[in-house]
Amino acid sequence: MFRYTWRTGILEGFMILVGLLFLFPIYVLVILSLKAPGDQSAKLAPPLQPTLQNFFDAWQQGGLGGALINSLIVTVITVAFTVVLAAAAAYPLSRLGARWSRFTYLGFLAGLLLPAQLALLPLYQTIRDLGLLGTLAGVIIVNVGGGMPFSIFLYAGFMRSLPAEYEEAAAVDGAHAFRTFWAVVFPLVQPITGTVVILTAVATWNDFLTPLLYLSGTDQQTITVAVYGFVGQYGAQWNLIFAGIIISILPILIAYFFMQKYIVQGFAGGLKG
Amino acid sequence: MALDTAVRRNEAPVKKRRRYRGFAHSVWWFVIPAAALYVFAVVYPSLRGSLFAFTNWDGISQNPKWVGFDQFARIWSDPNGLTSIRNTLLIALAVTVIQNIVGLLIALAVNSRIKSRDILRVLIFAPVVITSIAVGFLWQNLYTPDGGINETLEAAGLGALRQNWLGNPDTAIWCIIVVVFWQFVGYSMVIFLAGLQGIPEEILEAAAIDGAGPIRRFWSVVRPLLAPSITINVMLSLIGGLKLFDQVFVMTQGGPGGATNTISTLIYSNAFSLGRFGYAAALAVVLSIFVAVASVIQYRLLALQER
Repeated sequence: MFRYTWRTGILEGFMILVGLLFLFPIYVLVILSLKAPGDQSAKLAPPLQPTLQNFFDAWQQGGLGGALINSLIVTVITVAFTVVLAAAAAYPLSRLGARWSRFTYLGFLAGLLLPAQLALLPLYQTIRDLGLLGTLAGVIIVNVGGGMPFSIFLYAGFMRSLPAEYEEAAAVDGAHAFRTFWAVVFPLVQPITGTVVILTAVATWNDFLTPLLYLSGTDQQTITVAVYGFVGQYGAQWNLIFAGIIISILPILIAYFFMQKYIVQGFAGGLKG
Repeated sequence: MALDTAVRRNEAPVKKRRRYRGFAHSVWWFVIPAAALYVFAVVYPSLRGSLFAFTNWDGISQNPKWVGFDQFARIWSDPNGLTSIRNTLLIALAVTVIQNIVGLLIALAVNSRIKSRDILRVLIFAPVVITSIAVGFLWQNLYTPDGGINETLEAAGLGALRQNWLGNPDTAIWCIIVVVFWQFVGYSMVIFLAGLQGIPEEILEAAAIDGAGPIRRFWSVVRPLLAPSITINVMLSLIGGLKLFDQVFVMTQGGPGGATNTISTLIYSNAFSLGRFGYAAALAVVLSIFVAVASVIQYRLLALQER
């Protein structure tokens, strides 16, 4: 019924212009990273002699390799603990109607209202007193604890809509509690697990404030903190800095372009729950 | 779907329900690990943070003194304090309005028959998954006196508009708003798209047959059905705007002369550079109140719509 008309053509042309305008910052990012420091081409023109030297220099001088690995470790462990702990906690909270469970669920939800800034200073001191400053473990604990409210909210909402027949049958068969949960309930909530994994992974990989507080100035850095320090160190050498920035965002962009359908679904679907 | 489950839930025999309750009861302790970490990382430090707001603690001394509401009064007397509150509210409101209106327009455009719609969706959402640090540094370069924006203006014959964008207190805050908009407009687009795709085409066709033009169709058919998406989008951008830290910290460090401080950047500098923990905690309490008020209003709106 709604066909491609001349009006659609005008819209198409306009939207392509919008898309190009939207891409302009990325264009500048790429061409600057490919220019040698003394490149003579006009500022916004592509380089006359493109070079990858900035990328080699940034990789070596910024310690970006180690930082990428640290980011990967923090992200993977944070996601794994968040999924298991949130799914497990959401299960009884979503099934029981007792006063304590409703109260506990609301207690978790209250965390959605508390900005991380409120807990920032006391938590920083606790982590410091525990000797966890400069360790990935400190960052992971803070991430997992802080991620509980939203993940439990997602899981509980999804579990409420699941019929209880399966787990009931398994329980009657006398299976062990955690095994029942793991083998029967957990696979059933897979769609929302996907959402929790995507949202937690992207947020953790991109997080800046938490690793800045707990890791900056140490040799254990995540990629965001390493890039921040790298820019501070190399001031106005934008060619080098932009190469470093591209290295830092490339892993997540690659993941995004390969899994964009799931990632977009995760972002759009997680919030309808 | 929702109706389906509701029916199923009502039909579930009472006997069965009692039995599965037994199983869920036996695993109540599943809550403990999550609750322990949550209390450790959120509840306990948030409570302590709220208490700090009523002391003169500097982060080092062993005996902070109770000073009542002095730290809150200080926000009013500190020029940076008032500026940061004004900036935070301005950023949150401006980003919410601009990002949602443009995000909705883009969503409508890429939900049409245009051939470039898939590639446009992928591109416009891409900045959402990039870290704010990279986005901040990229735009900081674009805004420099001889950066991409001024060069483009020059090339377009608009050289008279050249500015030191981030160095001018009047333009700097709007520059930050533009960056946040660029980064997150794709998020709004995606949520609106999900809402739009839930609207059956038959309804739109029926409205078209009844003689409704595109604008009438949008206002009378699409808009009411999008209400939940609008609420979610407004909530996300409003709360994200209130908490904004990374982009400002990277691009201007709150400068020039404190003109772009947000509550979050002021908390950071007071706590970790100036050692004024009590004052920083008071600012954090103010921020929490803003976030809580915004969330409660949004929650009520959402509940109203779902009735």
